[in-house]
Amino acid sequence: MTFQVIGCGNLDRGDDAAGLLVARRLRQLGVPAQEQSGEAFVLMESLASAEKVVLVDAVAAEGEPGAVQVWNANLVPLPRESFCCSTHAFGVREAVELARILGRLPLTLIVYGIAGRNFQMNASLSPEVAGAVERAAQRIAADFFGAAPTKNAFAGAVKEII
Amino acid sequence: MSDPKHRTIKVDYLARVEGEGSLYVKLKGNQVQDVKLKIFEPPRLFEAFLRGRHFSEVPDIVARICGICPVAYQMSAVHALERALEIHVDPAVRLLRRLFYCGEWIESHALHVYMLHAPDFLGYQDFIQMAPDHRHIVERALRLKKIGNLIMTILGGREIHPVSVAVGGFYKVPARRDLLPLVDDLKWALQASLETAKWVAGFEFPDFEQDYEFVSLSHPSEYPLNEGRIVSNRGLNIGASEYEKYFIEQHVQHSNALHSILRGRGSYKVGPMARFNLNFEKLPDVAKEAARECGLSLPCRNPFRSIVVRAIELVFACHEALRVIEEYQPPSAPRQQVPVHSSVGQAATEAPRGLLYHHYKLDQEGLIILAKIVPPTSQNQKRIEDDLWQFVPRLAEMPTEEIRWKCEQAVRNYDPCISCATHFLRLNLEREQP
Repeated sequence: MTFQVIGCGNLDRGDDAAGLLVARRLRQLGVPAQEQSGEAFVLMESLASAEKVVLVDAVAAEGEPGAVQVWNANLVPLPRESFCCSTHAFGVREAVELARILGRLPLTLIVYGIAGRNFQMNASLSPEVAGAVERAAQRIAADFFGAAPTKNAFAGAVKEII
Repeated sequence: MSDPKHRTIKVDYLARVEGEGSLYVKLKGNQVQDVKLKIFEPPRLFEAFLRGRHFSEVPDIVARICGICPVAYQMSAVHALERALEIHVDPAVRLLRRLFYCGEWIESHALHVYMLHAPDFLGYQDFIQMAPDHRHIVERALRLKKIGNLIMTILGGREIHPVSVAVGGFYKVPARRDLLPLVDDLKWALQASLETAKWVAGFEFPDFEQDYEFVSLSHPSEYPLNEGRIVSNRGLNIGASEYEKYFIEQHVQHSNALHSILRGRGSYKVGPMARFNLNFEKLPDVAKEAARECGLSLPCRNPFRSIVVRAIELVFACHEALRVIEEYQPPSAPRQQVPVHSSVGQAATEAPRGLLYHHYKLDQEGLIILAKIVPPTSQNQKRIEDDLWQFVPRLAEMPTEEIRWKCEQAVRNYDPCISCATHFLRLNLEREQP
């Protein structure tokens, strides 16, 4: 069974770095995780080549910055309003939704969205988002790679906020 | 709609242009009062921070200007710097650069034709909404784009922001056997491009033509990519070193991108339609035939048909890539030694969206003293506004929502690449009773 953790984002745009920083933190914790820009077509290739994927990206804040939302993307579409800040016209949401239409979603796709506050060029990471990066990394490590992985971690709720 | 005399409509964003900008249209009855393509993308400052860098760093720095067309920036840069330093590259390097550019044209044109522009003609909000009804078309689009990206990966080391281009050649060139696996894919892509052309030719196009001044490169024997003189359908015929005598950039208050105009003549149009109209005879027979079958005749002056012209250029790029691979034998060395001296060089190449001009001045150490970059979207910016001045009065009787849709489509005719950061286009339409 192939399993990938993928963090997406842009280190130069403030809180948009969140997904990449989660991937880096996971590697420090001994969990293999890759970094991607979020370019849709590269991401679609990754989705098509794995059976289980955990995807982490920054999202436009619906609520408080630093909130971590978890979607079971096999059960629900990703909301357009949350994933609207991608490079060019195609980003994470488009990759997931196009893969769904073409029948190329992995059997399990869990998406972590970290609500950001500031996506300006060269902005620094917001303190709330820094905390959320740590929280998300610990949760992913524990749920999927811990000594006693959470039962049914892959089934998840349709949407959960941690 | 509380006040019938003034109507303002806002579209929060349009996800099918690249960059951050907005469109403002003011109507009084059927008369257009104002059109502004407002580009509020922050200044990128590339020209300023190239200063003081060594010339050998330029190809890697300018590749970062665009994630869709990095090869274009690299190609204009190395050609300008090689002109400055009097370098004549190996013919095999020249061929490889054509192949590299074909890869970028294929991925960029496939993206725009299928994913950004086709939804307009088919009445979908976006490509995702279009996908369930046109699954085989979407599969074709993805495979075409992937083949373009594959060429870029083989030649550039990676598909976005490639790292292999050097002044004087490449850091590493492929062996012939590295390119041969592309042949079957490209044969498929050529057929797929012909099908693409037929498909888009069947769309409905508004009856709208403009008397453009088309500007593109022109080469004696090739459809232009990297080399040629800068020509127009109104008699312009200059070398790149004369560009700044004829073209000027102007600052306008509503845009962070400079407007380019032809001195004393005004706006002009670069891109696929300009190339097609000025270089039709240089297309391979298969592309010419496809153009005829698609009902394209010269000159093609309907900007909405640019989607068909892009599809014809896809045919060209696939055919040309196959030709180059057939002919290719590796150069004796990947790149030449480059002797440094203080110098000046200019070059223009054909980015997917049109003419891309670079100008560099070097000191005796090879450090950049001056850099000037004029991208195609900057050159088309005023022309987009001019199109809308003419196009919107024909729409004035339509509901506001439909006007908005058509205006967005008219902007997308140009495949504008406003930047490579975020992608908002807000449309404000203000209506005033006469």
